[in-house]
Amino acid sequence: MPVDPKEKIARRVAYELKEGYLVNLGIGLPTLVANYIPEGVHVYFQSENGIIGMGPEPEKGFENKDLTNAGAGFVTALPGAMTFDSAFSFILIRGGHLDVTVLGGLQVDEEGHLANWMVPGKMVPGMGGAMDLVTGANKVIVAMTHTAKGEPKIVKKCSLPLTSVRRVDLIVTELAVIQPIDEGLLLKEISEETTLEEVLRLTEARLIVSSELARF
Amino acid sequence: MKVITHKEVAELVKPCTTLMIGGFLGVGTPEGIIDQLIENGVENLTVIGNDTAFEDRGIGKLVKNRLCRKVIVSHIGTNPETQRQMIAGELEVELVPQGTLAERVRAGGAGLGGILTPTGVGTVVENGKQVMEIDGKKYLLELPIRADVALIKAKKCDYYGNLVYNLTATNFNPLMVLAADMVIVEVEEIVPVGTLTPDEIKTPGVLIDYVVVSGVK
Repeated sequence: MPVDPKEKIARRVAYELKEGYLVNLGIGLPTLVANYIPEGVHVYFQSENGIIGMGPEPEKGFENKDLTNAGAGFVTALPGAMTFDSAFSFILIRGGHLDVTVLGGLQVDEEGHLANWMVPGKMVPGMGGAMDLVTGANKVIVAMTHTAKGEPKIVKKCSLPLTSVRRVDLIVTELAVIQPIDEGLLLKEISEETTLEEVLRLTEARLIVSSELARF
Repeated sequence: MKVITHKEVAELVKPCTTLMIGGFLGVGTPEGIIDQLIENGVENLTVIGNDTAFEDRGIGKLVKNRLCRKVIVSHIGTNPETQRQMIAGELEVELVPQGTLAERVRAGGAGLGGILTPTGVGTVVENGKQVMEIDGKKYLLELPIRADVALIKAKKCDYYGNLVYNLTATNFNPLMVLAADMVIVEVEEIVPVGTLTPDEIKTPGVLIDYVVVSGVK
């Protein structure tokens, strides 16, 4: 059975989450990460609209109009959850209190810079909380498909407006796990379903292949 | 604090007013007040809020009804009409990182001359702003922001105007209360003074000018 790329990415990202972490998952693909937290690991989910301890979508009929995620989807509050205002929410994000943020990406480049908030002339959704998250979180994980319509998303230099000049910590795609370091982009893992040649062919940026290249 | 009707609210908000409106994608937005502004056709508004929500919800309804001249928000991605009007040059959109917007509103209500944030350094957000280096790290000077009128949503209040918010409907509301010359709150119910515990009151009634009850015309 073919592997669903999004599930592959979400499962691998989930493996990065450790006991007791405060974690912010972006809307879309990153949200799926919550489904694959390793057994026995307890993390706290924060959402920028003002909650720690966000739980899954409620069953039909149990929705609360005042309890939502950052995409306005209904969520639940787990026992021990807390809600707060937007200033406090971004104090958590910017102030070094958020262990991990997982965001989607349009492009990441050789310097580890992320662009994920607009395509000039085409799509201008706005940055929302992304600039604060990428600038302030202790660890930034980009969770995205390796290419978009066949075009590489891991590029030499971002052509789209940057989200932050902070170097992201990890890039996880359905094909590869890449860590931006001082020397460039370190290819640490490739998926069981691909080859090194394919990863290099679908990546515009220069990759430094780890001597301990692993499979995931 | 004075309890008024929705119709009276619309008379308090004149065309060309700068509004702060609470809410996050419409959650925690005073929908009843917005509907009344639309009914009265209060136009040329400048709106400060987290986002322009959806075309049929929250601030999005003001945009859809072409009542806004300018919006200052962090996100417009869920409202195609905002993007359409922006591209057509019919609506001015100032995009502000969400955490920066929260701090600018807070600064506006806290008597601060601005805030320094690392968010936006080296990006297009930096354009036209003063960059300051503190202990070797770069920050943008972001200026405080205030409004003529804040439109606030709370779960309930007492007859002093003390406010209780609900869950993630809190968001920008308690910050905006402090950053406007006039504060109008929409609540779901008004309860007797003394029934709210000091601990659950998140905004003191002394800051509130007017209260309307949802659904009470």
